Amino acid sequence: MRKLTSALIGAAACATLMAGVASAETVKVGVAAEPYPPFTVPDAAGNWTGWEVDLMGALCNKAELDCVITPIAWDGIIPALTAGKIDAIMASMSITPEREEQIAFSDKYYSTPGAIVTEAGSDITPTNESLSDKVLGVQVSTTNQAYAEKHFADAKIKTYQTQDEVNQDLYAGRIDAEIADLVTLQPFLESDNGKACCEMVGTVAQDVEIYGPGIGVGLRKDDTALLEKFNAAIAAVREDGTYAEISKKYFDFDIYGD
Amino acid sequence: MNWELLALSPPGWGGALLRGLVTSLEVAAGGYALGQMIGILGSAGKLYGGPVIKDLLEIYTTVVRAIPELVLIVLLYYAGTAALNNLMGALGFSSVDISGMLAGILVIGLVQGAYSTEVLRGAILAIPPGQIEAARAYGMPPVMVMRRITLPAMLPHAIPGLANLWLVTTKDTALLAVVGFTELTLATRQAAGVTHEYFMFFSAAGVLYLAVTLVSNVLLQILERRTSRGMVRRRT
Amino acid sequence: MNRQDSPDDIADIETPPPLPRLSALMRPHRIAIMAVALALVVLMAVKMRWDWLPEYAGMLLAGFWITAVLLVASTVLGFLLAVPLGLVQVTGPRILSWPARIFCTVIRGTPLLLQLWLLYFGLGSLFPGIPEIRQSFLWPYLREAWPYGLLALTLSYAGYEGEVMRGAFAGVPNGELEAARAYGMSRWKVLTRIWLPRAIHRALPTLAGETVVQLKSTPLVATITVIDLYAVVGDIRQSTYLTYEPLLFLAFLYLCLTGILVTIFRHYENKIPTRGM
Repeated sequence: MRKLTSALIGAAACATLMAGVASAETVKVGVAAEPYPPFTVPDAAGNWTGWEVDLMGALCNKAELDCVITPIAWDGIIPALTAGKIDAIMASMSITPEREEQIAFSDKYYSTPGAIVTEAGSDITPTNESLSDKVLGVQVSTTNQAYAEKHFADAKIKTYQTQDEVNQDLYAGRIDAEIADLVTLQPFLESDNGKACCEMVGTVAQDVEIYGPGIGVGLRKDDTALLEKFNAAIAAVREDGTYAEISKKYFDFDIYGD
Repeated sequence: MNWELLALSPPGWGGALLRGLVTSLEVAAGGYALGQMIGILGSAGKLYGGPVIKDLLEIYTTVVRAIPELVLIVLLYYAGTAALNNLMGALGFSSVDISGMLAGILVIGLVQGAYSTEVLRGAILAIPPGQIEAARAYGMPPVMVMRRITLPAMLPHAIPGLANLWLVTTKDTALLAVVGFTELTLATRQAAGVTHEYFMFFSAAGVLYLAVTLVSNVLLQILERRTSRGMVRRRT
Repeated sequence: MNRQDSPDDIADIETPPPLPRLSALMRPHRIAIMAVALALVVLMAVKMRWDWLPEYAGMLLAGFWITAVLLVASTVLGFLLAVPLGLVQVTGPRILSWPARIFCTVIRGTPLLLQLWLLYFGLGSLFPGIPEIRQSFLWPYLREAWPYGLLALTLSYAGYEGEVMRGAFAGVPNGELEAARAYGMSRWKVLTRIWLPRAIHRALPTLAGETVVQLKSTPLVATITVIDLYAVVGDIRQSTYLTYEPLLFLAFLYLCLTGILVTIFRHYENKIPTRGM
């Protein structure tokens, strides 16, 4: 009996400790809880690394915010934001009209076209005719899914929870092609698996209606103060060269776009 | 297969897996403890409460046990936080910061509470009624009867069911991976995603879960033997 | 996922209370509770958005169909697998009983989610190392996701029910088997005429509980791209940006499905005589 009681008290104490009251300057920045190279990648030591993580550090530094990376499932990241589990999203999320009905976005901080990767030696091209009846893998709830549904309507679209699962199934040969952001496909194609199995067959034609102006920080609509801070910080790191410096470590091209 | 990836220190992911295991066990322990608290209150309410409490508890246990844990976890992980914060706001408090760990414990605890209520109710019903009547006849107040007689006397009956619930809880924590809480299963998936060694890492995590179950089994059997001393062995 | 790990206690926990009679529902406090529940439902219907329902009805039905097929197929196949698994653990020989025991322990000792991911992504990651696999007749199935889901669910059911069957085989009173042998029945005949039917009879009360658990396990297959009921609802959530309505609706659907399953099982349980058990 005593054991049971002490276990109960212990649990209650635990619960109280963990429900610390949020301090005003702490911002929980949500990232998708899976590797999305080269933007957000968990390492073996339990830290998050990547271009977007570095940029987040710079932005929060400029805005004098205490940012805490909070991993969350990609398909629940918007509900997590609106429910207050996180305060901002920096997970390579494109600014789109549909999403803007739910949440607010900062100015864009990078942009990337969509691209198609197939098995090596495949004759697939990024057209609806060529992809018709082919299995096309895509991460769920992304602009690329919307693009595939609109422009590759005859393909058999298969959705995955995470981008690494799409890459993995293309490697395993379960899908004929995948559509994803060009910049995240490159590290996959340079990996051992990617080199062994697959090749890029080209970027898809731009569709501003779907891809939007680029990728921004997602914020709650009523959180205008934080929105202004992020916008000012993005402008500042663009201005003072921090952005270019961080990008140089990861890319040999201009990730910001035009 | 590249076994060095399982090394405990980076670049090996063994350490990340073990940290995930510790997180899983913490959530399991917290959720289990919360579940038992709910279970004790729930079973007492179901047996001794008024008609309204009995019916409400019946609805709770029936609904929770009829809906897939995955659905409950996804629903409560987001909605639970929002509801709690709305409630705090309505009561005039500032919103609480609910960590993933706490949310996980709350969700697991709420689910386990429904099962625990039923297990404990069955165990209390298995106590010979004369024992409780005797306690009442001695003039013990209800809370003392509960503390001194009912809870200790029901324990041997409840242990097998509660032991089973503990094993279930440790496995249920894996579902938190689906909402993006970094416990063992999600840590494994991250390791697999980065290294592309899916087969090796999922097998390794399987070994860890199996170890938890086997160790728990041994401990629970010792506990069961201790608590059932003096009990007539049930024929199976 | 709340499987019974110790089969002896199944009857204690999983036997649901008898269904309430209509007259029992008419007590004043129950009417009050029902009124509150009704008010909640009305509030939800008015305050929340449900206009997406007609548009996705077809998809929901298709998802339900997958869920139902997976449930029925995996329980039937799983049970067929569970019978020999339970039997060899009681009869031996060791060369069969040990693998059966290890199988049941591993299945019951690890989360189903992990088993699914090991089967789908783990095996998938090994495919490129075996180029011949693409020429095999199995390849069209190996490319799909549902065979992995069905396999994982079947093995899981077999693992849990195998343990139940072990207890059931062991629990058939020895006297019955001795009587059968005294009548000169062959070993095979004792098994098919007496032992197996009696063991299955003993295991029947657990079937309802195990099958409900199995139903509650099916949504996990959505994580390996099978488009079941849960996956369809996930899809609706993504395209409508509604957070709670589709999930609440899904919870309601599973509540109904569980109710239907329990009712069906109770109907048949009442038909099977249990005298002398």
